[in-house]
Amino acid sequence: MSALCRDCLTELQDERRCPKCGGMRIVRHDELFDLSIAHMDCDAFYASVEKRDNPELADKPVVIGGGRRGVVSTACYIARIRGVRSAMPMFQALKLCPDAVVVKPRMSVYVETSKRIRALMDELTPAVEPLSLDEAFMDLTGTAKLHGAPPAVMLARLVKRMKEEIGVTGSIGLSHNKFLAKVASDLDKPQGFAVIGAAETDDFLRDKSVRMIWGVGPAAQESLDRAGIHTFADLLRWDQRELSDRFGSMGYRLWHLARGQDKRKVSARNPVKSISKETTFFEDTSSLDLLDGHLWRLSEQVADRAKATGKAGRVVTLKLKRANFSLISRRLSLRDATQMADSIYSTARGLFDQVGDQGPYRLIGVGLSDIVDESHADLSADLLDPDAAKRRKAERATDKIRARFGSDAILKGRSMR
Amino acid sequence: MKISIERGTLLKAVSQAQSVVERRNTIPILANVLIEAEGNTAQFRATDLDIEVVDKAAAMVERAGSTTVSANTLHEIVRKLPDGALVTLTDDSATGRLTVEAGRSNFSLATLPKEDFPVMASSDYACNFTANAAQLRRLFDKSKFAISTEETRYYLNGVYMHVSDADGGKVLRCVATDGHRLARIDSDLPEGASDMPGVIVPRKTVGELRKLLDDDEMDIAVSVSETKVRFATPDITLTSKVIDGTFPDYTRVIPTGNTRRLEVDAAEFAKAVDRVATVSSERSRAVKLALDEDRLILSVNAPDSGAAEEELAVAYGDERLEIGFNAKYLLEIASQVDRENAVFMFNSAGDPTLMREGNDTTAVYVVMPMRV
Repeated sequence: MSALCRDCLTELQDERRCPKCGGMRIVRHDELFDLSIAHMDCDAFYASVEKRDNPELADKPVVIGGGRRGVVSTACYIARIRGVRSAMPMFQALKLCPDAVVVKPRMSVYVETSKRIRALMDELTPAVEPLSLDEAFMDLTGTAKLHGAPPAVMLARLVKRMKEEIGVTGSIGLSHNKFLAKVASDLDKPQGFAVIGAAETDDFLRDKSVRMIWGVGPAAQESLDRAGIHTFADLLRWDQRELSDRFGSMGYRLWHLARGQDKRKVSARNPVKSISKETTFFEDTSSLDLLDGHLWRLSEQVADRAKATGKAGRVVTLKLKRANFSLISRRLSLRDATQMADSIYSTARGLFDQVGDQGPYRLIGVGLSDIVDESHADLSADLLDPDAAKRRKAERATDKIRARFGSDAILKGRSMR
Repeated sequence: MKISIERGTLLKAVSQAQSVVERRNTIPILANVLIEAEGNTAQFRATDLDIEVVDKAAAMVERAGSTTVSANTLHEIVRKLPDGALVTLTDDSATGRLTVEAGRSNFSLATLPKEDFPVMASSDYACNFTANAAQLRRLFDKSKFAISTEETRYYLNGVYMHVSDADGGKVLRCVATDGHRLARIDSDLPEGASDMPGVIVPRKTVGELRKLLDDDEMDIAVSVSETKVRFATPDITLTSKVIDGTFPDYTRVIPTGNTRRLEVDAAEFAKAVDRVATVSSERSRAVKLALDEDRLILSVNAPDSGAAEEELAVAYGDERLEIGFNAKYLLEIASQVDRENAVFMFNSAGDPTLMREGNDTTAVYVVMPMRV
């Protein structure tokens, strides 16, 4: 059986303890040096960054998130032991863990840290596909000659360097496709290194819950439940036709995943699929004035992000969460892709008016999807809105001022509401 | 009810009905056609609650009566029957079935009670007039391509039919726009139409209306109220709600000060646009028009897939101009021109461009340029 010491990167045989450094962190697997598709997932990323920058937090439960009405975006492992989870409402988290230190997210620091991690991954392979700031797929197929070491060694070195040079830890999942690599990275967290080989795939999946599949959310889960599908073994009983009839394109994917098959490539061309921003209110509101102010601010944030990444989108989405947590979502395809706050806002506002009065709401969100390059954006104006061209020029001018003097240097009156 | 009806006659009536019926229905009765037989006619009525169509057809009525049956199923059956067949429809109220017989074919269809069928409330029409089918066909055919599909601006999801002042007096005018292009079509004002309230005729109604307008000589009885519009031939009556909204003031959108005049053979122009646009796979293909003394160069430059260029001899005497348009919009507008040359009036690369046929101002199109 192949084995590797994760501390000194020595390739081992059957030793329980590394003969070179005496370390016990040994990863062992028959296919260890054959597999090349990996998923790297940082451990409680935002919280780790905060602990790195403020050593006083090291042994305290740290929760990253907004105010009292917000949700937990990351909880450190100490907080997790107390039951705090991501996406949990903050009040609930504080009930479980009253001594938690709540830290407001410092996105710019996380982005900066993420870039440094990305640079380390780029040294391993050109095929790096980030899923978010703190996780990415890597395809190391055919890199063994280049690096003079098999992928497993390079991956162990990556997390080692992340810890030593950047000060954050991560877990590695190594397998023969993206789906299983992602599953594996979650098996041994934190600071894990888990391997799912081809030979054991079927046995491994059989009694696992289909909830494990990335992209199966509560809604999909419910329809799977109704079909009596809970585990992968349940899925195997369905033939391809039945699954795709019942679940559409997801059914087709499920059929393959049930067999541990996933043909998706690790794509370096980082396809941004959507840009969205949302906000949860301090108190539920149906005030049109307030909601309209938020709609503008969110549209502006989405536009800022689009402009910063050189992207534009053809579909504008409005998301509203009512006081009873039911979700309203409306979308509209534009003729012409846009990255302008003005167009995003006026479209979202049109959708908002269409929804009618269904408040009070606890959350409002604006999204932009069907993303294209900005060179395809805002190519034509609206005949019926001749002033739009002027407003676009004003927005470009505003952007320049904000770029020079800061994002608060110039604001629209309506964003003050 | 028991009636016998010639297959061709029945097919015409039923196809009209099934096209009004919505494909997906939450209310079962709305999938049905209401058949009412009396005297020597059978009447077929279908609705989606916004549009109602009633088609009268000659039939041998053995036993008067009425029932409702799935419009789509009945249509499919009749369509598949051989031409010239005599079809007998028999309603059995005891079993709640409608039997369809033709030659050796026999079908038994489930029915729903006719009492449940929603009949559109009759309306007081403020204005009634007669228009020629060819006249209405031109008004709607030339404007409908510009109808918007955008739901947030629902008031653009139809053709605005109204009475307007033009150079030669009052006209019957149809306008449609989606904010990217606009069509304004005029025709002589029919007698009795001068008090007609302006109405926005929904897209689906325009499509259904078109089926009534194939016969050039046919007179169409038009009735208009604030909320409804009705088009009727002796056999078919199409009633529709109109879009409850205000059509924007389109007059300020139509440029009046554009002075750069391009005259070009519309068919040649359309073919050339179509050819150069081939290289681009973008959804919004931009075609660049470069104009110089009696010369037009059409070009498309799609960095990912290729480039194309074509030169056309045109009549143009103004200073050089480069302007871009969505290829699809140019094609659609150019294809409206059928008799004379297309005349484009430009201002600048950022301003709306006007297009008409020769010097005919009864059909005017406006298209917004694209940045290229």
